[in-house]
Amino acid sequence: MTTDTIAESTATPRRRMSRSKLTLRRFLRNKMAVVGACGIVALILIAIITPHMLPWTYDQIDSGHFLKAPDGRHWLGTTQAGRDVLAMTVHGMSRSLIIGFTVAVLQTTISCTLGATAAYFGRWSEKSIMWVIDLFQIIPSFLVIAVIMKGHSTPKNSWLLLALLLAAWGWMMTARVVRSLTLSLKHREYVLAAKYMGLPAYKIIARHILPNISSLLIVDLTLGVGYAILAETGLSFFGFGVMAPDTSLGTLISEGARLATTYPWIFSAPAIVLVILVMCVNAVGDGLRDALDPNSSSGGRA
Amino acid sequence: MSPILSVKDLHVTFGSEAGPVRAVRGLSFDLERGQTMAIVGESGSGKSVTSLAVMGLHPDSARIEGSITLDGEELLGKSDDAMSSIRGKRIAMVFQDPLSALTPVYTIGDQIVETLLIHSPMTKAQAWDRAVELLDAVGIPDPATRAKSFPFEFSGGMRQRVMIAMAMANDPDVIIADEPTTALDVTIQAQVLEVLKKAQKETGAAMILITHDLGVVAGAADDVTVMYAGRPVEQGSVDDIFYRPQMPYTIGLLGTVPRLDHSGDTALPVLEGTPPSVVSLAPGCPFAPRCPLADDSCRSIEPELESTDSPSHRVACFKAREISEQGHSHHDIFPTPAIRTSQYADLPRDERETVLELSQLRKHFPLMKGALYRRQVGTVKAVDDIDLDIRRGETVGLVGESGSGKSTTLLEILELSKPQSGAISILGKDTATLTRRQRREMRRHIQVVFQDPMAAVDPRMPVFDIIAEPLGAFKMGKAEIEERVFDLLDLVGLEASHADRYPQHFSGGQRQRIGIARALALNPEILVLDEPVSALDVSIQAGVINLLADLQGRLGLSYLFVAHDLAVIRHVADRVAVMYLGSIVEIGQVDEVYTRPTHPYTQALMSAIPIPDPGVERSRQRIVLTGDLPSPANPPSGCAFRSRCPKYAQLDSAQQAVCAGSAPVLSSCGADHRVACHFGEALTVL
Repeated sequence: MTTDTIAESTATPRRRMSRSKLTLRRFLRNKMAVVGACGIVALILIAIITPHMLPWTYDQIDSGHFLKAPDGRHWLGTTQAGRDVLAMTVHGMSRSLIIGFTVAVLQTTISCTLGATAAYFGRWSEKSIMWVIDLFQIIPSFLVIAVIMKGHSTPKNSWLLLALLLAAWGWMMTARVVRSLTLSLKHREYVLAAKYMGLPAYKIIARHILPNISSLLIVDLTLGVGYAILAETGLSFFGFGVMAPDTSLGTLISEGARLATTYPWIFSAPAIVLVILVMCVNAVGDGLRDALDPNSSSGGRA
Repeated sequence: MSPILSVKDLHVTFGSEAGPVRAVRGLSFDLERGQTMAIVGESGSGKSVTSLAVMGLHPDSARIEGSITLDGEELLGKSDDAMSSIRGKRIAMVFQDPLSALTPVYTIGDQIVETLLIHSPMTKAQAWDRAVELLDAVGIPDPATRAKSFPFEFSGGMRQRVMIAMAMANDPDVIIADEPTTALDVTIQAQVLEVLKKAQKETGAAMILITHDLGVVAGAADDVTVMYAGRPVEQGSVDDIFYRPQMPYTIGLLGTVPRLDHSGDTALPVLEGTPPSVVSLAPGCPFAPRCPLADDSCRSIEPELESTDSPSHRVACFKAREISEQGHSHHDIFPTPAIRTSQYADLPRDERETVLELSQLRKHFPLMKGALYRRQVGTVKAVDDIDLDIRRGETVGLVGESGSGKSTTLLEILELSKPQSGAISILGKDTATLTRRQRREMRRHIQVVFQDPMAAVDPRMPVFDIIAEPLGAFKMGKAEIEERVFDLLDLVGLEASHADRYPQHFSGGQRQRIGIARALALNPEILVLDEPVSALDVSIQAGVINLLADLQGRLGLSYLFVAHDLAVIRHVADRVAVMYLGSIVEIGQVDEVYTRPTHPYTQALMSAIPIPDPGVERSRQRIVLTGDLPSPANPPSGCAFRSRCPKYAQLDSAQQAVCAGSAPVLSSCGADHRVACHFGEALTVL
């Protein structure tokens, strides 16, 4: 492999490709990932644009049209309260997207910062961070989130509080894994070399340690999106999550699930959107992992 | 006498995504009882695959053609069950890594008993007695009790002895030893090779010795097969191969290895390039791209293995006749690059500036015990009060076995902080007095090259970023960095187009060059080299060694060169320090120390190293050290070496009391030659 990659490269001397360009090229080679990325972009665009174009808004009630099957007036039918399923699904999707990504980004950031810091510096910082991790793990998260959400009874921005709380109780396992991976990377020769080059500790963590566990972080991030959406669904089902008239995919699904056999349209629209959403996120996650990891199967061709 | 093992036209092919991997192509040899044949080659040359094929241990996906007969019985095509009754009974194997070759959860005795009971009808008690007998035969002290120990209680050398005991347990016809000593220290290697010889003598078995170390081959083998890219390229008796090689690859291998018994004032001849991948071989001789003699016929047709002057000496090379007739040596065939000499070379050592000085440097690790209440139960003296100085433009070699404290010394220097006790002074500044900012600034002047070229560079970064990193850390402008990186690539002999490749697209030697370029980025004055060539293939080593010598000449660098390979040190170093259990036992000008080693440990170390010359090997008197390195947590009183010292054994009791009573200090025994031994006498061992 060495000889032919080098031979082929001699034709274009002195043209250097930056790391991000290389990653992008490798990412674009993965068809599934590109489809997933397009899917996510499309879903985000739909969430932003379509609410203004639809004949109904998600909180409008069309009295007299309760539990109607899809027709020309309501393209995807109505709910028990007479609200338009299409408008609610679009709105719910945007809520779920925002909650999912906010939670995933937050918890991955917290976990990799704390996990890597604990392992790289050791001593008292490791002890105190591990203590916080243990503390958060023994507190029953569902109960605490439910109590806080209940206490905070204004529906406005309830989703933001929910996202913060979900992230606050979702980072500990990853932080532990990041810590143990960092411990094994810490004594690698390239980390030592960077240290002896005079690189400050935060740069070593950011450039040598975190990128080398990025496979884990990306998988964690994608799984985090799914986890957050599902956790939000659970809490919303019991009335502790996103509060009416605001809505999310979770509340819609739990509402539709009860009537799924008799009025399937309320359930199926948000469920299909949820499946597509999670599949797209996962495809992007896989693609990113392969693109970032030079040891993965597409490695030799970059 | 008919051969016991006969391999005819063996081909082994694996399937892979990139195409068929033709690991072995057309290997034939005959092996008689009591004979040792060495298979020599670099990584990927097909030598290990051959041994697996003979054992029937190859993966199912491998396609094997040809014939392997054991005492007239065809082995290829036998079922796994049928092979199981042959493996361990008639063909036994000694693996490279003794640490993972034994099951950790069973005792040593149980594992030997198991091999015995599978193949021969005997009672458990009989088998146990035989196991103890075998352990005694391979030199395990107190075998009856040691048989009840678990593998983790044994050192690497001891475990390899156990492996040999298991191999000879059933009186095999053939013993295959796959790099049996590569993972071991030199003094242990010498012991294990002796044991292997003894095992062969006792069982009368034929032996296949697979190795890359030409010194081991010269001392242990009768016949040699040299493999390159899956093909045998030269076969013959050990004298044929070492004294009358006719294939340029063999000549190159023999010529490019630094020799323990030659001083290294000149550059090593270089075998350019790297071995080809066996996936997509171009037509013609696989060695042609690296061979200075190659012409068009070499590049179009692959030469067959043909007999030369003597029928047993067979060579696959169109140029063989020309080489033997004109008596070409490696100097005639392979280019010896010119190496610039340093501007400091003419300056006497005393007039040069001291760039690095260690005085009474100490690093002790406390041994702690207990979970809740932790208390110190002992001290590991990893580095114990050593003195060392490096002058500008010189190379100081630091040698010693694993556990001698070389690496700890390096890390202590590179930390640039206040040592436990003693002082480190770099370019005249004591590191203990540095502020944070000064310490960072100091890092410009001292840089490091690590051993494992794969682990030393971040696999996620393209080469440009790797080399640019130290420049960025010291806030250089973007354009300046770009220019400097391309200059550095050029300096270490890489191409500008390599800048945007990832490290795994490079061979070991090229990766080591990347590591060197990175270390040189900040224009350091001192380079600390931690075993920079020990992980490289033999034919690649010479290029890196020459590069280091050339860079030293051009840039006036000072090197602290740590290695366990004394031959490499002899070639590169101006002065050498020998470490044993955290102390320097002998230090001095390199030729002085090598020609007149005075400490018994230095003598033993040098005599343990095999020299790639069969004549020398046969006539050499070996000093074989007994036992292993003692635990650094509990070294013997007085002189730490006395437990293994061959000299100590010959002393009378009054003199022995001196050794046990006080630790010797370094004292002068010649011009620039100091030794720490109460009764040191110079001895010629080479």
